[in-house]
Amino acid sequence: MRNLIRIQQVRELSLLLILAFILILFGTQINGYFSPRTFNRISGVVAVITIVAVGQTLVVLTRNIDLSVGSVVGFTAYFVGRQLSLYNDMSPLTAVLLALAVGAGFGLVNGLIVSYGRVPSIVVTLGTLALYRGFLVEYSGSSSIATRDLPDWIKELPQQTIFQIGEIEMRALPLIALVVVIIFQIILIYTMFGRRMYAVGSSPEAATMAGIPSAGVVTIAFVISGALAGLGGFVYLSRIGTITTTAAQGLELQVVAAVVVGGVNIFGGSGTVFGALLGAVIIGTLEQSLIRMNVNEFWKDALLGVFILAAVTTDTVLLNRLREWRTKISQQMRTSRPQMKSEEA
Amino acid sequence: MAFLDRVPWLRRWETILLIMLILVILVNSQLSEFFFEPDNISNIFRLSIEKAVVVVIMAFVIINAEIDLSVASVMGLSASVLAFTYEAGQPLLLGLILALIAGLICGVINGYFIAYLGLPSLVVTLAGLIMYRGAARILLEDRSVGNYPEWFTGIAQNEVIGPFPITIFIFIGLFIISFVILHYSSFGRYVYAIGNNLEGSEYSGIDVKRVKMMIFVSSAIISAVAGMFYAARLGNVRANAAEGFELDIITIVLLGGVSIFGGKGTLYGVGLSLLIVLNLRNGMSLANVNGSTQTSVVGALLILSVLIPNIAQAVREYWRRRTLDDSPQSTKLRTEVDVGGT
Repeated sequence: MRNLIRIQQVRELSLLLILAFILILFGTQINGYFSPRTFNRISGVVAVITIVAVGQTLVVLTRNIDLSVGSVVGFTAYFVGRQLSLYNDMSPLTAVLLALAVGAGFGLVNGLIVSYGRVPSIVVTLGTLALYRGFLVEYSGSSSIATRDLPDWIKELPQQTIFQIGEIEMRALPLIALVVVIIFQIILIYTMFGRRMYAVGSSPEAATMAGIPSAGVVTIAFVISGALAGLGGFVYLSRIGTITTTAAQGLELQVVAAVVVGGVNIFGGSGTVFGALLGAVIIGTLEQSLIRMNVNEFWKDALLGVFILAAVTTDTVLLNRLREWRTKISQQMRTSRPQMKSEEA
Repeated sequence: MAFLDRVPWLRRWETILLIMLILVILVNSQLSEFFFEPDNISNIFRLSIEKAVVVVIMAFVIINAEIDLSVASVMGLSASVLAFTYEAGQPLLLGLILALIAGLICGVINGYFIAYLGLPSLVVTLAGLIMYRGAARILLEDRSVGNYPEWFTGIAQNEVIGPFPITIFIFIGLFIISFVILHYSSFGRYVYAIGNNLEGSEYSGIDVKRVKMMIFVSSAIISAVAGMFYAARLGNVRANAAEGFELDIITIVLLGGVSIFGGKGTLYGVGLSLLIVLNLRNGMSLANVNGSTQTSVVGALLILSVLIPNIAQAVREYWRRRTLDDSPQSTKLRTEVDVGGT
């Protein structure tokens, strides 16, 4: 009985239900909603948020937060775009590695200051949010990247179909996001590194006493978050094409929202990458469908805010109820087991 | 090091801030001959008056071990409500009242979810940030509303005493009142107690929920007032009014020595850091440094303000341990140093 209902599974199941509810709701309101076009439109938007949200999940698991991701996405998008427009023959792999490396560098700075400088992560990343954006403005000299400067392959990437299931095409960018999610879900569940992340987030003191190098784990979490933000920057560049100095400004808020809606505990120690994916998909679906529905576009943000609050509230309140109920049941079972058995017999 | 132990006030964060402030002012006065002109001094405050007002209440929020990310959106919503009512041909006074009510509603929403439902403030006010900004967009869409009556824009633009507009005096009044409440009233002690130890305060009979509720409601109401100041200063309002101000505001509070974990920090420190950031930005503007570079400098300052004391402490500890290990009567020394250190 106790092993049948796991809190985390209930949480992800409820997210899936919410997603189904949203889809059905919009399906009845919009003509031709369930079409490959809708899927492509939504999955393209969700790709960037998901990739960055995976990194954010790791950081939040260790009881930290990375607010600098929006600036990292903006900087790498611009930087890689500039390199590609200067060296048109650069191979796709080099471009991706470049994006990952630049992002990881920024993440390393965050991680070192947080774990070895013992500065709270919200302070560090609030500072680097401004700092990295400043680097972008200085580096770009306030000029922007135009789509026509970029090589053809990166412009065509968002339209490329990798494989097809029925009528639904899996485009390249969402596939990248999906692969990232799967890789990190496996890492979190099956590797020592993944389990250490949960340990550090659940109780830093206990983790240190158990011999886990907490500072190292936290640093690596930030490096991964930075690297994935860099990859997100590459995807952003490929999708948007025109990069200005304000590129991806405020993305960190959407990412944190996706992670939180996805059921990752903001105080660390619990949550999954799969949950973050669901959070990103729900937010992206809601956003794109509202635009599709021709709801006055100005209503979008307000509804999104209401939804985030509602999702988190029901999640917390329901889970607390469930936990109380479960302890009550198990207590009852423990005290009344002999009688119950005799009654059943 | 021994010298620092003997003069404890030299090691206070506020002292370091004061030295930083003096340095900034000295450098600024070298950079530009116009720095000490009354007009420039007035500008330092006038151009950031909305932020300054919200910084004061944000100090309460963070000392209470919470955070309010929604302040800038509440400012934008309040300004938009004001503009929307005025645009609809209603008297401006009605707009001001409705803007305050909008602020009150935002505060009650934040406070209810945080204090009574127990959700983390980071999450609730993040949702608030998106939601209240969205509400402002619903009201104003992409219009810009201006042409307010002279008496209203005069609040933030007309020079009343010397070159200073009335908003600066309102800010000074607010600062003094907040100072007294935080440092000399039982409510202020509750704010610190809750920030230090939430459960302990609950068991010692403090109505934690009420205190938190009051803080978040006042935070939103003061942000609403700041939104009005913003509208009065600029003379026109768009739905994106004050967007992104929360970062500057939180930076100033943290630079002032308030711990993000709550329970620590004073309004002296916050006041000094406000002066430092405003003067620094003013100096850089006089030196033609662009806005985003200014923001980066402030961001770097924020990180360094926590990092450098930590490194200094680590070096001190390392040094102390080394000298202790070398000396023959290390046990005796250790007790002495420990007493002196704390």
